[in-house]
Amino acid sequence: MVTQNATLKSKEELMEKLRQPEVITGSEILLRSLVLEGVDCVFGYPGGAVLYIYDAMHGFSDFNHVLTRHEQGAIHAADGYARASGKVGVCIATSGPGATNLVTGIATAYMDSVPLVVITGNVISSLIGTDAFQEADITGITMPITKHSYLVRDVDDLARIIHEAFHIANTGRKGPVLIDIPKDISANKTLFKPVTDVSIRGYSPTVSPNKLQVDKMIKAITEAERPLILAGGGVIYSGGHEELHEFVKKTDIPITTTLLGLGAFPSGEDLFLGMPGMHGTYTANKSIQKADLLINIGARFDDRVTGKLSGFAPHAKIIHIDIDPAEIGKNVPTDIPIVGDVKTVLQIANLQAKRADKADAWRAELLASKAQYPFRYKDSEDELKPQWVVEMLHETTNGDAIVTTDVGQHQMWAAQFYKFNKPRSWVTSGGLGTMGFGFPSAIGAQMANPDRLVISINGDGGMQMCAQELAICAINKIPVKVVILNNQVLGMVRQWQELIYDNRYSHIDLSGSPDFVKLAEAYGVKGFRATNKEEAKAVWEEALRHPGPAVVEFVVRKEENVYPMVAQGSTIDEMIMGDAE
Amino acid sequence: MIKHTIAVIVNDQPGVLQRVSGLFGRRGFNIESITVGTSEEVGLSRMVIVTSGDEQTLEQITKQLYKLIDVIKVIHLSSNPIVARELALIKVSAEPATRPEIFGVVETFRAAVVDIGTHSVMVQVVGDTEKIDAMVELLKPYGIRELSRTGVTALNRGNSR
Repeated sequence: MVTQNATLKSKEELMEKLRQPEVITGSEILLRSLVLEGVDCVFGYPGGAVLYIYDAMHGFSDFNHVLTRHEQGAIHAADGYARASGKVGVCIATSGPGATNLVTGIATAYMDSVPLVVITGNVISSLIGTDAFQEADITGITMPITKHSYLVRDVDDLARIIHEAFHIANTGRKGPVLIDIPKDISANKTLFKPVTDVSIRGYSPTVSPNKLQVDKMIKAITEAERPLILAGGGVIYSGGHEELHEFVKKTDIPITTTLLGLGAFPSGEDLFLGMPGMHGTYTANKSIQKADLLINIGARFDDRVTGKLSGFAPHAKIIHIDIDPAEIGKNVPTDIPIVGDVKTVLQIANLQAKRADKADAWRAELLASKAQYPFRYKDSEDELKPQWVVEMLHETTNGDAIVTTDVGQHQMWAAQFYKFNKPRSWVTSGGLGTMGFGFPSAIGAQMANPDRLVISINGDGGMQMCAQELAICAINKIPVKVVILNNQVLGMVRQWQELIYDNRYSHIDLSGSPDFVKLAEAYGVKGFRATNKEEAKAVWEEALRHPGPAVVEFVVRKEENVYPMVAQGSTIDEMIMGDAE
Repeated sequence: MIKHTIAVIVNDQPGVLQRVSGLFGRRGFNIESITVGTSEEVGLSRMVIVTSGDEQTLEQITKQLYKLIDVIKVIHLSSNPIVARELALIKVSAEPATRPEIFGVVETFRAAVVDIGTHSVMVQVVGDTEKIDAMVELLKPYGIRELSRTGVTALNRGNSR
């Protein structure tokens, strides 16, 4: 992979040089600070209000800058970079329309607790509030969807603000932080001294749990006959997947992981029941409803998981481990709240965790149920089934790829049929359900992991929301394999209209979409199409062999639905099982 | 619905009122009154918010407020004895014939007449919300032309905080 500024200097030499106090512009302070924060890749799009910043970037080679074709592509790429690496994702946009084009991506990151530092330009300070050309109150607009935000008013504050922003984004419950920099601030000069300490009064996330609460959890486990673990994205964000594995081994408690928790626990293990919720496994959903102890580890009881809240886990004592105290008791009343970092909590719990001895019958019951009710679909020899395609992707990659998805049916099929064993291998927009996310997030994931295979699974709808970013794959030789499961329709909407709106198909027909192979080739990306199994295997293997980016369109059956399905307003054990056999 | 009075100590930063009031708005929490002013410490402001809701709502309000980086401390004032005061300025129609009656009401409530016009007087009253409500009720028959209330500010009594 070759990018615009690929040669980086020796890291130590560079850091030493950048730490020297020097009178420089706000723009140079920004660039130096980013390097000192360990940033190696920034996604952005220049414009009037960030011209000083881009001027400072002319010939700059201390990090890579990827020029996307749309600000939305930039922020989703930064998001994918952060999710796949655990580092803070960074993007830059200009004021006004550039900044507002980031809003969907900021909200996406906020809902899924993804650490981002979002840098926007603004009009010069004296013009703020005058409806100046390309002015927008971006800190005001994004206030509900950022963890914190700054409007920089003095160049002397800039270094501190950037350091604080990285700290806030990547500690506690992670999230996006926005820094709005007026044009004059990026031009003004001051003495830059790197900021290395951080002190934010009133901000000190609770990392270590209350020991007594952990003791209560251990006691509850020994007493439980039907215990169950519900693990979420917090396990991955805290880096606590190994501790989770140890906890499950020690307690021998069955486990289900949410959509964002996929990869937090190896999917092949006996105790793993699959994903719960609206399109979760039969066994996971039934087990939640029958459990007498539910241990929620870093998940937030989203309504796609709980179904009808009043009927959720009716027999269970609830333990909730979360770094964000506000999540505890927000949706589901909690019996044993444990506030703390998941990894730290599990490390402490593992010191005293014992096997849940009373749960033998329960384990046997769930194991049998799991064998009896796996995800399934009716395969076809005439048409390509999307589930079959995902299974093929899994088999041909041994489950080792990083998979990003867009939102809709293909996302659920990917979650169901691609089996994840490692954290940070699954990048998907859960909370906000953002169409257009899948493809650009794969670019970010690939930038963070140049040596891994990155597959982006998309529908024909979502692919058309950020398809322009094919250009940057071609130019920068970013070798993402873009899969399009083309059913010529907005599939998930079609499914709801079929099942809930009495077959009244309203405005879902995507026929008239571009020829995706030609579209790819127009951007200089290799394009493939398959309409049956034989072609599918052949073109996919060819795409894998191809060293650069590739778009592979699989023309799949239009009427295919995602099952099981829990209709909104039902409890999660009221599943429509569909026509699978 | 139970009324709660909470104090929120915040960094004196631009936009902090927007952060706090926006949080109440988008999460569906009720604001009956909100006041902001300086606190005993330079750089910190004290907001006093009167809200209503059950205990679980109050807990969520507190936790969500703590998520804001600029929020330093949230104090549930009304869980302890408090002194809560509001100020109102009431401009009431007053012809010479009715003035003595109005002055009588003002005196009874230990309020003050702070301005007199040819056809009106302006009354200033300080007290808890109920007292001001009562005062307003009594002045209504004379014709209230303009009314401005500040909302509640409050502190805990004695040494508790």
